[in-house]
Amino acid sequence: MGLLWTLVVLVVAMAISWRFLGSYLVAVYDGKTSWLGFIERPLYRILRVDPKVEQSWQRYGGALIVFSGVAILVTYGMLRLQGSLPLNPQHLPGVTPALSFNTAVSFVTNTNWQNYAGGSTMSYLSQMGALAVQNFVSAAVGIAVAVALIRGFARKGSSTIGNFWVDTTRGVLYVLIPIAFLAGLVFVAQGALQTLGGPVHIHDALNGMSQTIPRGPVASQEAIKQLGTNGGGYFNANGADPFENPTGLTNLLSIVLLLAIPVALTYTFGKMVGSVRQGVAVLAAMTIIFGTWVGFTVAAEHGPNPAVAAAGLVHQPTGNMEGKETRFGDTSSALYNAASTQTSTGSVDSSADSYTPIGGFGMLSGMMLGEISPGGVGSGLYTILLFAIMAVFLGGLMVGRTPEYLGKKIQSKEVKLAALGVLVMPITVLVLTAIAVAIPAGRAGPLNKGPQGFSEILYAFTSQANNNGSAFAGLNANTAFYNITGSIAMLLGRFAIIVPVLALAGTLGSKSLVPTSTGTFRTDTPLFVGLLIGVILIVGGLTFFPGIALGPIVEQLSHGKLF
Amino acid sequence: MGIHLRRAVILTVFFFLLCGLAYPLAETALAQGIFAHQANGSLGPDGSTLIGQTWAGPQWFHGRPDPNNPMATGGSNLGPRSKTLERHVAARIKALRQLGVRPTSDLVTSSGSGVDPDISPRSAYVQIPMVARATGISQQRLRRLVASQVHPEQLGFLGAAYVNVLELNQALARLK
Repeated sequence: MGLLWTLVVLVVAMAISWRFLGSYLVAVYDGKTSWLGFIERPLYRILRVDPKVEQSWQRYGGALIVFSGVAILVTYGMLRLQGSLPLNPQHLPGVTPALSFNTAVSFVTNTNWQNYAGGSTMSYLSQMGALAVQNFVSAAVGIAVAVALIRGFARKGSSTIGNFWVDTTRGVLYVLIPIAFLAGLVFVAQGALQTLGGPVHIHDALNGMSQTIPRGPVASQEAIKQLGTNGGGYFNANGADPFENPTGLTNLLSIVLLLAIPVALTYTFGKMVGSVRQGVAVLAAMTIIFGTWVGFTVAAEHGPNPAVAAAGLVHQPTGNMEGKETRFGDTSSALYNAASTQTSTGSVDSSADSYTPIGGFGMLSGMMLGEISPGGVGSGLYTILLFAIMAVFLGGLMVGRTPEYLGKKIQSKEVKLAALGVLVMPITVLVLTAIAVAIPAGRAGPLNKGPQGFSEILYAFTSQANNNGSAFAGLNANTAFYNITGSIAMLLGRFAIIVPVLALAGTLGSKSLVPTSTGTFRTDTPLFVGLLIGVILIVGGLTFFPGIALGPIVEQLSHGKLF
Repeated sequence: MGIHLRRAVILTVFFFLLCGLAYPLAETALAQGIFAHQANGSLGPDGSTLIGQTWAGPQWFHGRPDPNNPMATGGSNLGPRSKTLERHVAARIKALRQLGVRPTSDLVTSSGSGVDPDISPRSAYVQIPMVARATGISQQRLRRLVASQVHPEQLGFLGAAYVNVLELNQALARLK
């Protein structure tokens, strides 16, 4: 019953977000709204940016790379120097070089993989001024890239795809800050922390116990971490920590926030290319995959934990509770983790490592499909559009016609760029996982033995190359090997996909429109939705089945065996 | 390149001021004004109701077998076929049986946060015989006490019903 009502609320919230946030995004990125113009105009003057002047895809991409490079350097510097910077009531020392670099890359690429324990490593300034800032910025950059690609489809004979500085600024100002501010208040009202008061010591006279309770500006970070599909927790336990995610309501609000923008962008897409149905088709493919993955992950976690059963508690009516919070229970926990792994958020409200083999498979494979159901803010849409190009290409091959998508001829150049964008992630994951299991520095990482240990490594690189950030957290990844290889995976997973996407936006934008005829393969029909889902599943399945077989499948089939 | 760099630096400074200072500080000011109790950690005389504590001995209701160290939160991360997990759970089952408590899932598993402040209502009820023997309070009164402490699913459908162990033991202390 609880799950049913949760899903009803979720569907209603998504419908509202799709229709209204979606059309608001059109207004924001078409420059049709300017209620914050009093902040924008002076900023553009200082930047010496004329908001009406657009950039070619090369200049757009160049600005994005330089901006992200500066962001990595500044974040790295702030973490290294946090010991000498203000807002550090716990007097935490500077973060080590390898960890600072990994963390800077992680937050700038919208991954939020965390090789540190937040509450006891990062000062208030590092959390607010370095990490949370990148939560906003990386999200805005992701949306900007998606919007640039949409413009490529929507325009004809155009040599520009938008202005990177304007798109990024408007994303933060008009979309992320207002929503995050309101959502943050709900988190506080429910019990999330929002203070600069420093840790407190308490003594309980009843049981004679003392505790030091860490505090900080948590709620403001929690809101943007979900809305921007970032996922980096203030504390080590992330969304399981009662100070981050105190109640069932904040748990559902988190899920709504992390789905809101990726879902809304499908409306934005449809509206901007002149056919909302095209956006609905993409959303349908996302929703069918999302629903299926949520379904079996939730079902798996309602089953018993094999190790707990082996220890003598065979009857587990409340599902697999190892690593789960009482106030959420098995269903809300599994729903949260399934949603967060499929949106490239990577926040968790329960320990992914302790999920049942099928539940773990749900999270792992949700990422392996390329983060498209519905994926991260911006990245979800631009990645599924790469798959859509692959799908029309296959459709074209089958009927022997030059494929078209949204009135644009899809030729060799577009297919090559799309294929490149689709293949970067699996190649990165498989090569780095193979290296990690081949050398001692990699094999030293896992906490668990047997197939679960292999899954921890595979999960780590899948998560980082998909800019997700969740972990089978038993892996000890704060080592030189994992900090460096992880950074490589995150950088490739972000920029080696963004560059082909922007190139695609440029080449599509310069093309003319082909008039639709009776021979045109329609891309707003259930047939196309089926073909798109098929392409996504086949690419994911062919690349990752052997890896999945060695991890979750072996574990699921090892009846009566413990490792 | 030069113009990109200049713009990137200025915009980074702007976002630092806006998203890194103005946003969290405004949120903090508002939160401290409206929801001061929650914003500061839901603290009472015996600690925070959101952070689990370790309760030893049969005279108190026990929480989940967590480390309860709020400075280092997180789960055990032991996999679903982990021998170590089996060993831990077997030891917890044995300890509960010795106290005369029928084990439940959440009393023998550790949580995701490692500071779970709650247990399921059933886990509170199964501890009543133990607490009754140790405190001399009748089982009937304890059942009423537990029933009064159950937080149902939020809004009737969100999450799971639970009992906050600190609140339950505070109420128990008032009975004693």
